[in-house]
Amino acid sequence: MQGYLTIEQVHMDFNTPNGGTFKALDNVNLALEKGDFVSLIGHSGCGKSTVLNIVAGLLTATQGTVLLDGKEVNEPGPERAVVFQNHSLLPWLTTYQNVELAVKQVFKRSMGKKEMDEWIKHNLHLVHMDHAMDKRPGEISGGMKQRVGIARALAMRPKVLLMDEPFGALDALTRAHLQDSVMEIQADLNNTVIMITHDVDEAVLLSDRIVMMTNGPAATIGEILEIDLPRPRNRLELADDSQYNHYRAEVLRFLHERHAKPDAA
Amino acid sequence: MAARVMNLFESIGFSWLVSIMKLFTLQNPKEQVENLIRTLGVPLFAFAVFLGAWHIGASQIETSLGKVPGPAQVWEQAGALWDEHKAEREKEAAFYERQHERNALKLEKNPNAEVRIRDYTGKPTYFDQIVTSLQTVFAGFLLASLIAIPLGIVCGLSQIMYTAMNPIIQLFKPVSPLAWLPIVTLVVSALYTSDDPLFAKSFVNSAITVTLCCLWPTLINTIVGVSSIDNDLVNVSKVLRLPWHTKIVKIVLPSALPMIFTGLRLSLGVGWMVLIAAEMLAQNPGLGKFVWDEFQNGSSQSLGRIMVAVITIGFIGFILDRLMLSLQKSFAWDKDAIVR
Ligand SMILES: Nc1ncnc2c1ncn2[C@@H]1O[C@H](COP(=O)(O)OP(=O)(O)OP(=O)(O)O)[C@@H](O)[C@H]1O
Ligand SMILES: [Mg+2]
Repeated sequence: MQGYLTIEQVHMDFNTPNGGTFKALDNVNLALEKGDFVSLIGHSGCGKSTVLNIVAGLLTATQGTVLLDGKEVNEPGPERAVVFQNHSLLPWLTTYQNVELAVKQVFKRSMGKKEMDEWIKHNLHLVHMDHAMDKRPGEISGGMKQRVGIARALAMRPKVLLMDEPFGALDALTRAHLQDSVMEIQADLNNTVIMITHDVDEAVLLSDRIVMMTNGPAATIGEILEIDLPRPRNRLELADDSQYNHYRAEVLRFLHERHAKPDAA
Repeated sequence: MAARVMNLFESIGFSWLVSIMKLFTLQNPKEQVENLIRTLGVPLFAFAVFLGAWHIGASQIETSLGKVPGPAQVWEQAGALWDEHKAEREKEAAFYERQHERNALKLEKNPNAEVRIRDYTGKPTYFDQIVTSLQTVFAGFLLASLIAIPLGIVCGLSQIMYTAMNPIIQLFKPVSPLAWLPIVTLVVSALYTSDDPLFAKSFVNSAITVTLCCLWPTLINTIVGVSSIDNDLVNVSKVLRLPWHTKIVKIVLPSALPMIFTGLRLSLGVGWMVLIAAEMLAQNPGLGKFVWDEFQNGSSQSLGRIMVAVITIGFIGFILDRLMLSLQKSFAWDKDAIVR
């Protein structure tokens, strides 16, 4: 398998408190081209976050390798930016300072002060948060926090953007807004993205490919569904699109079959 | 401006002052009066009951130094101490005045004459003792904090350091600092030998004894605060590959700050209590020595004076705690967090 980001024969065993091991992942293989938007979907606890954390370098696979741009991944780094499920902003810094922390760290050699300032503001503008630059996370809504989390990740100009249920905790309307923002940004910047989601619509709407994982323990990749819908995509138009509904049904079918027969893996 | 002052009072627990201020500016007076009764009236009433009980209780007990003093006698002694302080200051001023006059005369006769001003060596007054005690407790507290906070951060971040330090902390934490006093005294007199010492030996002894007990609450609370940082925030710093000092300044310290302050407040409280005991035991200058001297003195006024000291000690302890509280509030990033 060859690609921009490849996950090769990754196995993951966790040590359990009673001395045994728990096999979470069994032989996960995946390849992404530059600019791919891939969704990971699967039942709760199957190991999606584990895959993402291995790519991020926050976990080390027991076996197998992750290659990014020809180099092996073995520690966390800003070229694989993570958008965490619960935003993970530093509560004592303003939104501007939160992004600044990342920008200062990543571009401390290559950018001047003024350039950094513009870059921070540019990224906050991308997620429509430039009006709340001096607010602390405690003073803005959940959706706004998630936006800032995305801005922070984008501001690192990462090779890969990793998102773990980025909109999981949001209401439907805010969610739709953010999905549109992400699609816009993706169209502009052509990022390589892995996103975990539980939401079938979200997966079909945003992705070039949906990777469906089998149930744990010893989860692996069950099916991969290519989403061949033209971009830009519009959620209202797609609602009546037969191709779109076909993809939706495919994903639902996969999840339901797995649910009905949890041991099928 | 007024709003800021009110906020300050509110934050340090003097909400009745806020009510009075609002009463003067006539902001719904009825509510303010009710509020005033609740926040000021109730505690005042309780205090009056306490004074009454003290007065009655005290007059029943006969000691070798006479009756236990009631509130009135104690008040009288407080006044007497203040008068003594003023008299002593006047004497001091007069002493220097005389020297200056003498020197001026000398210089008039012979402009090249060598003139010296000798220091006044009167007996320290009650208020001098208070100042000494405050200086000592702050010196000890500062030293303890300078050791405990960095050490706590290191132990909180590194499991190995924590495992190494934990038995030592557990072993020395319960030791009464007074048990340290003899050792401190001996070690200080062995090591702290200079002809012209910057600080008096007794000061160093007391301060180090305070340090030894201020160390633990801050250390333990810092460790807990640092080691309970949100894992997601740690992951953020890993993804960003923050260098260690940035990580400490931007992530570790702010998130541990509430716990560190809790520790500091406990430390200062304990330090103040211990200092008085140490001064009594070691005869080091300060409020403790004052109490001890009065006890040894055994005049009919002694008990009243000791009582004044007791109340002063309590009051200063209270002020110190409020001071730390308002410091904690001014440093808090989460202004809504309730701190008591
Ligand atoms: N540090 C760990 N130690 C032991 N077991 C773990 C650890 N992390 C995850 N697991 C186990 O590995 C499995 C996969 O966990 P993971 O968090 O990747 O699931 P997930 O697919 O992200 O679930 P969800 O959708 O609920 O977030 C779970 O059974 C979990 O209990
Ligand atoms: Mg997960």
